[in-house]
Amino acid sequence: MLKIENLHVSIKGREILSGVNLDIQAGEVHAIMGPNGTGKSTLASVIAGKEGYEVTEGSIIYKGKNLLDLSIEDRAREGIFIGFQYPVEIPGVSIANFMRTALNEIRQYRGLDPLNGAQFLKLMNEKKKVVELTEKLSNRSVNEGFSGGEKKRNEIFQMAMLEPTLAILDETDSGLDIDALRIVANGVNQLKTPDNATIVITHYQRLLDYIVPDVVHVLFDGKIVKSGPKELALELEERGYDWIKEEYEHSKLS
Amino acid sequence: MKSLEEYTLQLKNYHLQAYPDPYKPVEEYFTCQVSNMGSIMLPLLNGWYVHEGENLTTYPNGVLAGSLKAALDQHPNLVKPYLFSKNEDKDELVITNENNFTDGIFIYVPDNVKVEKPFQIVSLINSREDLLVQNRNVIHVGRNSELSVIQCDDSTRYGKTFINVVTDVTLDENARLQYYKTENKEAESVLLNHIRVNQDAGSFFHSNAITFNAGYVCNNILVNLNKPFAEAQLYGLYLVDKNQQCNNRIKISHNSPDCKSYQLYKGIMDDEAEAAFHGHVVVQPDAQRTNAYQTNRNILLTDKAKINTKPYLEIYADDVQCSHGATVGQLDDEALYYLRSRGIGERSARKLLMFAFANEICHHVEIQAFKDRLSDMVQRRLNGELTICDQCMLHNSDQSGLIFPIDPSKL
Repeated sequence: MLKIENLHVSIKGREILSGVNLDIQAGEVHAIMGPNGTGKSTLASVIAGKEGYEVTEGSIIYKGKNLLDLSIEDRAREGIFIGFQYPVEIPGVSIANFMRTALNEIRQYRGLDPLNGAQFLKLMNEKKKVVELTEKLSNRSVNEGFSGGEKKRNEIFQMAMLEPTLAILDETDSGLDIDALRIVANGVNQLKTPDNATIVITHYQRLLDYIVPDVVHVLFDGKIVKSGPKELALELEERGYDWIKEEYEHSKLS
Repeated sequence: MKSLEEYTLQLKNYHLQAYPDPYKPVEEYFTCQVSNMGSIMLPLLNGWYVHEGENLTTYPNGVLAGSLKAALDQHPNLVKPYLFSKNEDKDELVITNENNFTDGIFIYVPDNVKVEKPFQIVSLINSREDLLVQNRNVIHVGRNSELSVIQCDDSTRYGKTFINVVTDVTLDENARLQYYKTENKEAESVLLNHIRVNQDAGSFFHSNAITFNAGYVCNNILVNLNKPFAEAQLYGLYLVDKNQQCNNRIKISHNSPDCKSYQLYKGIMDDEAEAAFHGHVVVQPDAQRTNAYQTNRNILLTDKAKINTKPYLEIYADDVQCSHGATVGQLDDEALYYLRSRGIGERSARKLLMFAFANEICHHVEIQAFKDRLSDMVQRRLNGELTICDQCMLHNSDQSGLIFPIDPSKL
């Protein structure tokens, strides 16, 4: 589904990613872990198409298409979803209006008829249950005045509405208490199908107790330096990242 | 782009509209279809009150509403005191209006009356000639009384117009007035709305002026807070593009202690449009414990669009709380990215953000049906779909022209 080869990315001339390779198949959950400042969020932003990132080398192929040629919105319409670490507040735009516009533009792109008001409301009420949202969303502005936990739940609610084929959850666990973490993780698990894939970017093993990955990657110094089964996350939790750094430095020398 | 002076110099080319006689009452060919508003229509056609039935109606609760000219004949003592303002810094065009006005709307609410239905002043222009219209409106709300007024300034798309309106508002002790204005004028039209408000103790004045389309529009509001605990809230929104111009000039004078004033004006300027906000608050020496706030926020969509903003506080008392601020900016890039990352195209994302910015002003309208209508009009204005208030049967759509069963040349 997603194939990243030798990806090099710079911000204002400084190289952040220096040769990332990643291969993700439908039905899989991948975790990307690593210390701060190693390029995890940069990877998510480049996949989303955020401006200000320069791809100097390498490629990202998504469902057979060159992803880097697509606009931000077309990537979303092709089924890519980013769960943001810091979702922005948009006063005056109601969540309902936001989601209806998004959903209908995506449907139009795919040659489907737009949902009418009643169909949309029904869908929204159904999807609210995924993250146990009870309040009315038609009157609330996007993320305005939301707590950290509410913002993350709202991200997963949007994911439920848009049903992406590839979801990238960037530090979705940050700022969550244990109950919110459980709700968010349950939501993600409910949305899992054999046809979609999820990339979970996180610092901590904690989230991976709930969302169990098929593969764990360690991103360090702009590269994926180690990949392994889910047990790798436990090992990182226990031993920290120092041994990875040492292994990596050692391999560079030899 | 033409300045007001240039327009004024050409005034001799405009026709003065004589009283349309005989005429068909406006009700026979015009309806405002905004549902559930339940308003009482006060129609002006080319500057004259042309209503079926009496020229001035006396309602069972003692409210008087109708033609100012008729009121001047029938109740001179209720009208005359307000016709000539004692204000010394009068605009030349205000003086012109005071000396030459033709007709206008008179609304009088006696003490202790809560008027349930809003009055809707609809100023229609329908003429093949270029018209000069000078209306004079007088609104007087008695002690402990309440009133809402909606004023729609619309044009058909015949000749050019120069409209110079002066409205005098008097609010007695604890009176409350909600005063809403929508302005939707074609290019080449000049609309000058001067509003003068005098407020007694504990009275409340709310104004909300929404300019959708304009040739040259000027909204001048002068508020005198004359007695303690009077409060004025002024809101405004201007959405202008092409060569449109919209000026908002406000002067609020705190003449007494313990009064409050609040101003929030927002605007979006596209193409080469120009707008101005001059908000002037004067706090007189005796006006201790004044609260006065003013904010002006603008979005410029092009390099050629202009905003001239001047929030201005002039304070002579020492125990006051005042603030002022102005912003001019573009749309928030982070918010745009967020919307686009959900599949919303850049154009739609910009429109959503602009709508959110503008719609804040509509939130302050208390009449629900009118609020919904305004939000919808703002939405369509930003989509480029709004030409004129298409709920007005008079103006159907851009393409099909007017369905107008009378021959305007006979008016």
